[in-house]
Amino acid sequence: MASYTYTPTPDQGAKASVVAYLVVSCVVLLLMMVFGLLMRLEQSQFTAIGGLWFYKIMTLHGAGMVGIVAIAGAAIMWHFLRQYVELSTGIFVANLVIFLIGVVMILASVLIGDFHAAWTFLFPLPGTSMGMWSQGAAALFMGGLLVIGVGFVLLHLDIARAIIKRYGGLGRGLGWPQLFGPDDGNAPPPAVVASTMVTIVNLVGLVVGASILVMMLVNLYVPTFEIDALLAKGMIYFFGHVFINAVIYMAVIAVYEILPRYTQRPWKSNKVFLASWTASTIMVMFIFPHHLLMDYAFPKWFLIMGHIIGYLNTFPILIVTGYGAMMIVYRSGIRWDMCSRLLFVSLFGWAVGAMPAFIDGTITVNYVMHNTLWVPGHFHTYLLLGMVAMVFGFMYYLVKPDENARDSAIDVAAFWGFVIGTMGFTMSFLYSGKESVPRRYAEHLPEWVPYDRIASYFVILLLASVLVFVFRFLTRLGLAGRDYQRASLARSIAT
Amino acid sequence: MQETAWQVSLVLMLMITFGVIFVAINSHKREEEYGPLVKRAYGFRTKLFWVVALVFLPAMIYNLMDLPYDVSRAATAGGPPQVINVTAHMWYWEMDRDQVDAGQPVEVHITSADVNHGFGIYDKDMHLVAQAQAMPGYTNVIRHTFKEEGTYKVLCMEYCGVAHHNMMTEIKVGNL
Repeated sequence: MASYTYTPTPDQGAKASVVAYLVVSCVVLLLMMVFGLLMRLEQSQFTAIGGLWFYKIMTLHGAGMVGIVAIAGAAIMWHFLRQYVELSTGIFVANLVIFLIGVVMILASVLIGDFHAAWTFLFPLPGTSMGMWSQGAAALFMGGLLVIGVGFVLLHLDIARAIIKRYGGLGRGLGWPQLFGPDDGNAPPPAVVASTMVTIVNLVGLVVGASILVMMLVNLYVPTFEIDALLAKGMIYFFGHVFINAVIYMAVIAVYEILPRYTQRPWKSNKVFLASWTASTIMVMFIFPHHLLMDYAFPKWFLIMGHIIGYLNTFPILIVTGYGAMMIVYRSGIRWDMCSRLLFVSLFGWAVGAMPAFIDGTITVNYVMHNTLWVPGHFHTYLLLGMVAMVFGFMYYLVKPDENARDSAIDVAAFWGFVIGTMGFTMSFLYSGKESVPRRYAEHLPEWVPYDRIASYFVILLLASVLVFVFRFLTRLGLAGRDYQRASLARSIAT
Repeated sequence: MQETAWQVSLVLMLMITFGVIFVAINSHKREEEYGPLVKRAYGFRTKLFWVVALVFLPAMIYNLMDLPYDVSRAATAGGPPQVINVTAHMWYWEMDRDQVDAGQPVEVHITSADVNHGFGIYDKDMHLVAQAQAMPGYTNVIRHTFKEEGTYKVLCMEYCGVAHHNMMTEIKVGNL
């Protein structure tokens, strides 16, 4: 039976490996944001780096961002999950080392080998360079992605092992006995349910991604080993969609774990919560056709499935997780600091970004908006103001000096700069999409340039804010590993 | 369509924004008993669920009524379709004709000789009116009837390499 009594949970410091993940994450994230700014400045005609460098930076920005948010998400998931199950630190560290090896391969491929086929490595572009890059550069890039994928497979296998050992199966990790039977109040905590979901979908997604990468690597050197372009596209988007979506589901564990500490209210794994996570497990794996709506060669039912699941997928985000965060904060007496602000706003970013996303998944809309700037408009909203806000919220939580510590004015200003910068930048993208500006164009027509310039100013504001976040985290790093009370108690209890 | 998508998005985003601001404003004073608050909130959530379901689900079905994949799109416009065969190359479009008549159905048969491209048709105001992917080994068919005469631009809508942004051509509609 549901109980609404909060049981205080001690705030634990992060292990050195988690801190290492986060340090790598914030440094790479910052660098990738600079790359993003360089692209917007080029489209704004403030710079003239040329098509080759634009597309090289674009390839690095895409691969780097996807990889680094996965690393940051994994750090959050691992930090909290290990409080419930026994995880291997060795495998966690190995994943980071393997990731860095993959990063070096990708950097070499792009910066030395001039590879610029975008992070999506859409077959057969990596092997059809028109002399712009070598076979070796393409192999290095795809090999780098493959290496990174192997690291994450190892990590998820360890997580699956630990959940199965503790709870008796992945179904039990999703709380199926309580979902489909009587709710005895013993469902796994939200962190375990979310980790189980992420592990299931990512293992499937990574195996499919690795399969197409291996097929393309073979095709690169043995062209008689032919690949169907439509099948390749389906596999790439299945992997890509699952992997990038999983990062939000990893990072949201920070919200589930930390907001209850601030509000002294429990976040329960009740039937609605469990149903929504089981539904998300299925929907995340079957929604990917919404990337393929302009490939008419796919069966019609397959494309309509993408359209329908796009609409249904908004329900768990809005009605369960988003609403749950509002419920726990409403009349809670919460004390707002950088951590609680960022975690709260992250749910706003996720929900608000999901709106233009599902609208883009409407087939008739996609017909005139696919691959316009509308697409980066919505995914930057829920990744940046959603997922990345969760990561920075977690970082502020780890390095908060004590439970009563006050934020400096510059941090508060950076928070608002982050929110306004992100919204201004993403709304410029969305408006450009409405005006049919294609995405991934190194040069823009004169009538599109004003939107690019407005976006550039907002990106500069965003970047300055993130600099403050990163500086604060790095300069207080020594606090991250210690065990002490961080979350401020809600008002009526503390006073 | 773009204008509708923009306005609907703005309305939904604003509704979420107001909801979040409402909660933030009402977060300071604590209601100590969480149980009764949860009960009230769950009741409101049930209503919210039905409101969202009753708005989203009919919208989802309505938007399946006129799909670009339907062969009937060409037939209902009247007259035999004017066919344009397109082959995409890095980085140019090969078309067997670049002129069609307004008011008559057009079928654009699109394939690619090398990598994935996207065939996007822009009207004189540079707004997308139709698109499909160009893929090696497959032919996608755009069925569209141009209502207005004029010169329509074609832009590549799928990243295809260093000159992707220069991959443009034109379709003339009417006797220009």
